[in-house]
Amino acid sequence: MIGRIFAALLALTTPAWAEVNIQEITSPGGIKAWLVEEPSIPFTALEIRFRGGTSLDAPGKRGATNLMMALLEEGAADMDARAFAEARETLAARFTFDSFDDSVSISAEFLTENRDASLALLRAAIQEPRFDEQAITRVKGQVETSIRSDVKDPDEISSARYFELAFGDHPYGTNSDGTLESLAALTAEDLEAARLAAMAKDRLFVGAVGDITADELGVILDDLLGALPESGPPLPPEVDYALPGGVTVIEFEGPQSTALFGHAGIERDDPDYFAAFLLNEILGGGGLESRLGMEVREERGLTYGISSFLLPKDHAEMVIGRVRSSNETIGEAIDVTRAEWARIAEEGVTEEELNRTKTYLTGAYALRFDGNSRIASILAGMQQSDLGLDYIATRNDKLNAVPIEEVNRVARELLIADDLHFVVVGQPEGLASTN
Amino acid sequence: MRFSLLALGLSLFALPLSAAERVTNFMLDNGMEVVVIEDNRAPVVVHMVWYKVGSADEPEGKSGIAHYLEHLMFKATDNLESGEFSRTVTENGGQDNAFTSYDYTGYFQRVAADRLGLMMQMEADRMVNLALDESEIASERSVVIEERNQRTDSSPGSQLQEQMRAAQYQNHRYGVPIIGWRHEIEELGLADAVAFYEEHYAPNNVILVVAGDVTPEEVRELAEQHYGVIPANPAIEERARPAEPRQLAERRLVLRDNRVAQPYFSRSYLAPERNAGDQREAAALELLSNILGGSGATSVLGETLEFDQGKAVFTGAYYTDQSLDPASFSLVAVPSQGVSLQEIEDAVDAEIAAFIERGVDQEQLDRIKAQWRAAQIYALDDVNALARRYGAALTQGLTVEDVQAWPDVIQSITGDEIIAAAERIFDRSNAVTGWLMAADTQEVSQ
Repeated sequence: MIGRIFAALLALTTPAWAEVNIQEITSPGGIKAWLVEEPSIPFTALEIRFRGGTSLDAPGKRGATNLMMALLEEGAADMDARAFAEARETLAARFTFDSFDDSVSISAEFLTENRDASLALLRAAIQEPRFDEQAITRVKGQVETSIRSDVKDPDEISSARYFELAFGDHPYGTNSDGTLESLAALTAEDLEAARLAAMAKDRLFVGAVGDITADELGVILDDLLGALPESGPPLPPEVDYALPGGVTVIEFEGPQSTALFGHAGIERDDPDYFAAFLLNEILGGGGLESRLGMEVREERGLTYGISSFLLPKDHAEMVIGRVRSSNETIGEAIDVTRAEWARIAEEGVTEEELNRTKTYLTGAYALRFDGNSRIASILAGMQQSDLGLDYIATRNDKLNAVPIEEVNRVARELLIADDLHFVVVGQPEGLASTN
Repeated sequence: MRFSLLALGLSLFALPLSAAERVTNFMLDNGMEVVVIEDNRAPVVVHMVWYKVGSADEPEGKSGIAHYLEHLMFKATDNLESGEFSRTVTENGGQDNAFTSYDYTGYFQRVAADRLGLMMQMEADRMVNLALDESEIASERSVVIEERNQRTDSSPGSQLQEQMRAAQYQNHRYGVPIIGWRHEIEELGLADAVAFYEEHYAPNNVILVVAGDVTPEEVRELAEQHYGVIPANPAIEERARPAEPRQLAERRLVLRDNRVAQPYFSRSYLAPERNAGDQREAAALELLSNILGGSGATSVLGETLEFDQGKAVFTGAYYTDQSLDPASFSLVAVPSQGVSLQEIEDAVDAEIAAFIERGVDQEQLDRIKAQWRAAQIYALDDVNALARRYGAALTQGLTVEDVQAWPDVIQSITGDEIIAAAERIFDRSNAVTGWLMAADTQEVSQ
């Protein structure tokens, strides 16, 4: 067979990838950043992240960080929301302000030819947001729509219940948009307090890629970020994952049920993380060739897609996954998922699976570095995860060095089928909540 | 701090020559068209095969067959086992997938540049050697039904869009969903897939796009080696689909569903699309959509309905510029709490009438054009998106020259042309209006 011959010939050679040349720079004012100079296209991508995120919401102020980030581009300095948008459009700069459980991020792309004016605008958004009453009311309306929509979206319903059951009152257990009540009560003062809490220099990570030099970047960073607070409030405490194995069913109309499932996981800086990463790719990675993909989709046609993920957050860790299947077949999809979970823990993976997965992951790694913005985001993420400057160069060797014994030990320790909890939203047949 | 930026906006963004996209195109002897986009920043390539066939080319009663066949293309061929195609891509550190639309079906791999020949070898193999087996048909059909459940039937918003298209197109197959009607998907079988494959899959019905760290010479040599040996199918002709009859009256739909959290109003108008050598009307409509709905803070609908009147939490305007046959221009508005769908619909119509009356704000148009110029620079950072842009254009009746002329056509459009296009497009007797609402809402359609 031709296919076998291809694979046999090519498995011998590993693709040669170009290097990503990262410089670590420190601005005159002491701000650190990672930079890749890429002058071939006349623009720069800048990724700015702060550790903390929506988990820093003060007591009773749930939703403040999320609303604050959404309002940064809704008026700053002497510009109202419209004037700010007009200025940004005139410069054709692109700004994205986002918030997550453990971080907030500012992503910017700006042209070389009007870099200074674009950054002056971005600085205004970061340092002098206005939080005008009219803008607050309007954006609250958008967040309110999001909150109302979430309670009618089966995937969102399952996620919300899962995290509530797992983390209770910890911020991981509640919606970062807030509740309708907490959102309505937020004031401009709350938002300014949230801004000073969320963006502090002692928890800042910067990646920059594009048509810019180290010296230019240093000056820019001091100007953009130098005036921010030196340090922020304490980060939230670690939280124990509290959800035992079982099933929670939430009735919801529709032809299909959606299930979010998982159990406790592994920390990003655990020495076994690479083994767990390989293990998860074999079990439920994105491709159709994962065990879950093969058994649930390819063999049985029970779903359009199933996958699992390692989810190491800053204060808790999980292995989670999602599967959607018709109401008549979701029970079978869950049974197969549990069985595969138990089988890989018990039998381990095969040499052939492990080698194939290493080849894929090491080869596909370079595909992530396909554009200035994506590389800038990776650079910031690496710093946030406390990975070294040499990580990109050494990561593939570390993955390749993981022996099968280690993967199989981690499989036994990490994947516990009886601990899996499935939150199922739909009208599943033959499936009921356990208690 | 004060920004005097408007003065900057007008003369900016001359595209440096070094930054222009490097595109070469040529045709193989068997009629397969090839586009090469060079980007040497990383030793990676994307290889895409675009068939000039989509769901709008399906026979009646067989809706979904184009998409179902796309799934089945990952099964066995005379030379590869079922699943071996993707497994081989994976084993070479690559990623692959496929997509189906009304006008095209595409297959792509992203992989190290030195694996391009292997990708072509396998893609050429499945162009002619697909060997479908009855045993795999049923489970893959179940997968497609689950895909339909997930994409469409679990979302009342998607169901409304599907119903609105069905109302918009009464004679053309654009009215039938790409994924297919559920009752027809359930009946699709081996013979249907094979017939569709044999009729449409041939090198003279393909646009090959290769983008990344390659030269046109390398691509030509490999393409001739792998694809050039496949004979053309002489039965393949230019697509000529049935046209829509003249629409005489507005069509209105109300979809009520318990699962609706946020009601909204949507309207679509049948609209002309970009045609080869003839893109002005489409460019005017593209800019019209940017002016009406491009930005919450500065677009016409956003400023009036979200900012000034507070009647909407979201507004949008969308134009499908690329389409083989006539496309659509649509408007969406999500009302604020306490605002009815009738009120928001009336407010949208009133604002569009007022916009046509007062004309285009030249400063707004200049800002939008500035962003279009800059987009040419930003686009160079995403070679995958560039590859998709060319593949989609060339399977939808456009040429490489049309794609390259488009930014200049956009820049040349005047405010008067945009108003003239608006006057032609906003004709309620050429429209479908949809309301999505919760099942227990009292409001009725006018």
